[in-house]
Amino acid sequence: MDFSVLFDQFFALTIDGIALGFIYSLIALGYTMVYGVLRLINFANSEVFMLGTFATIMTSKNIFGYADDSEPLTGWKLVYTLLACMIISMLVCAIAGVLVEIIAYRRLRKNGSNRLTTLISAIGVSIVISETVRILTSSAPANNPRLLDKIFLVSYEGTKFHLFKFEIPVSAFELRLDTLLVIIFAIVLLVSVDRFVKHSRLGKGIRAVSMSEENSQLMGVNLNKVISSTFFIAGLMTGAAAFFYTTVYESTKFNVGFELGLAAFTAAVLGGIGNLRGAFFGGISLGLLEIYAATIFGTQWKAVTAFVVLVLVLLFKPNGLFGESLQKARV
Amino acid sequence: MAFNLRDRGADIWDRAPRSGRIAIALSAMLFAICLPFLGGTFLNTPISSYEAVLVYPVGLFVLMALGLNIVVGKSGLLDLGYVAFFAIGAYTMAILGTHTGLNFWEILPIGIGLAMLSGVILGLPTLRLRGDYLAIVTLGFGEIVRIVALNTMSIGGPNGIANIPNPPKFLSLEYTLQNQKAYYWTVLFLIFLVIWMVRRLSTRRPGRAWESIRQDEDVADLMGVKTLKYKIWAFAIGAAIGGAGGVVFAAKSMFVAPEMFTLNTSILILACVVFGGMGNIWGVITGAVILSYLPERIRFISDARLLIFGLTLVVMMNLRADGILPRKKRERSFHS
Repeated sequence: MDFSVLFDQFFALTIDGIALGFIYSLIALGYTMVYGVLRLINFANSEVFMLGTFATIMTSKNIFGYADDSEPLTGWKLVYTLLACMIISMLVCAIAGVLVEIIAYRRLRKNGSNRLTTLISAIGVSIVISETVRILTSSAPANNPRLLDKIFLVSYEGTKFHLFKFEIPVSAFELRLDTLLVIIFAIVLLVSVDRFVKHSRLGKGIRAVSMSEENSQLMGVNLNKVISSTFFIAGLMTGAAAFFYTTVYESTKFNVGFELGLAAFTAAVLGGIGNLRGAFFGGISLGLLEIYAATIFGTQWKAVTAFVVLVLVLLFKPNGLFGESLQKARV
Repeated sequence: MAFNLRDRGADIWDRAPRSGRIAIALSAMLFAICLPFLGGTFLNTPISSYEAVLVYPVGLFVLMALGLNIVVGKSGLLDLGYVAFFAIGAYTMAILGTHTGLNFWEILPIGIGLAMLSGVILGLPTLRLRGDYLAIVTLGFGEIVRIVALNTMSIGGPNGIANIPNPPKFLSLEYTLQNQKAYYWTVLFLIFLVIWMVRRLSTRRPGRAWESIRQDEDVADLMGVKTLKYKIWAFAIGAAIGGAGGVVFAAKSMFVAPEMFTLNTSILILACVVFGGMGNIWGVITGAVILSYLPERIRFISDARLLIFGLTLVVMMNLRADGILPRKKRERSFHS
């Protein structure tokens, strides 16, 4: 355990934690939205995320032809390359999400199968996706070429000053271009999804289905269309998260979805699953918590943080910090 | 479902007189006991020796699939981290076997007890919640146990623990690397024990409680079934069987390392249960034998094995959710 690094780097770590938190929020949004309409955890969401990270890398490598050692881009070229990567990643994830729904959920939903059956089917789909990618990539990690130079916008080393007998550290502070972009873009996306679900016609349909599937159908909501669009939007957000993840961390592997998925799911539960704004706050809190814990205990325990938080939340506040009554609807 | 092999088999069993049942049971047991001698040209496995394959994966997978079946098949609780209990059993054997003078037979109950305890500790906070929470918490738990083993240097870290002692001689059975039959018969004995236990439990109060929980937990609760208590019992018994498997595994392979206990193993065991038919022990045994033996026999399946098992889960759930040997009709829930 080492607290000195935490104090010396507090602000820098906080910025990192917030950026990671926004990535979690976006994935958590996927879990939460699907949960809202289907009352099921979409197990395949983490593998959809993994597909997005590979889509981003393949776009920059295979479509634009950049290699691992390419020079960082500047100007308009940078803007449209990044936008293209992001949009392709989002679309790939959205389409994958819709396909997952059709393969794993639709038939079972029509037959009125029990939840255990549906859960296992979803797990099967996620294994199929990750194993296919594992075999295709021969378990090798893929690196993202650094298109966006990691420029320090603000960099402050931190200092110490003496107040009477005490040595008071002033934490270092740094803000990189990529983290700033992640934060800005994520806020834009999260706000637009929130607005969309609140105000658009389709958004109203989604909310209606999550309140009551039967009643919404009686009111003329097209259930299949609403569920498909929910998976589509969830996929878009997951795809954006995958793009941000690859831009900041620059590497991916076939099993990248597991840890991220568990963390994002924890974030969704922390905020109250089924609750859109909860997913946002849950993501940020978990991102910060993980970064701080990783600094104190060492990075190898990072994945454990999410799990411990999840168990504690389920133990003491199963409805999440922002509430959504879940215990009523048991399996 | 037009043709149900399980019902056909159950009919024969029900109609047979007592002497006939004993004859069927004894001949089945005898066949299982004689399996190591049948390693002729056809059954032989190309890479590992046939007798070793009978112990792991086949025998231990059957044992663990039976354990997981109590949790998933009987009570309808999805446990995705079953390998954690296997790992706890294996590490108990490894640590106690190398550091203390205790032998295999003394460690076995300790390993079972520790696995059971961890099952209860994990179950208490999560079993009160909805089923899919349980799935994700157990999924996390399985990984956490592995990460803890990987990062704790006092139990070997990534290198694991080697030189685990073999079990002492028992009734002129030598437990050595060459004599895998001894391990096979030990596992087989545990399997018989579990089958006997499950069959007895199924027709008595706990079995009926699990059945009602699986079909509709809220109704079971209203009818006065102490759902939490029986769910924890199901979890603990499942964990205990996993722990027993782990102890045997560690003694047999004489070496444990964290990478033996990945999520994949949990998924494989789940696939065995689902493929064979959730809730029906004969289905589960058939599923486990097929899914663990085939990748050893036909090597090219081996690399794509998880992919195939993932496909198995999806296809089985969509087309035949009750598995190849489904449970009896009267035991099936109204939903599936």
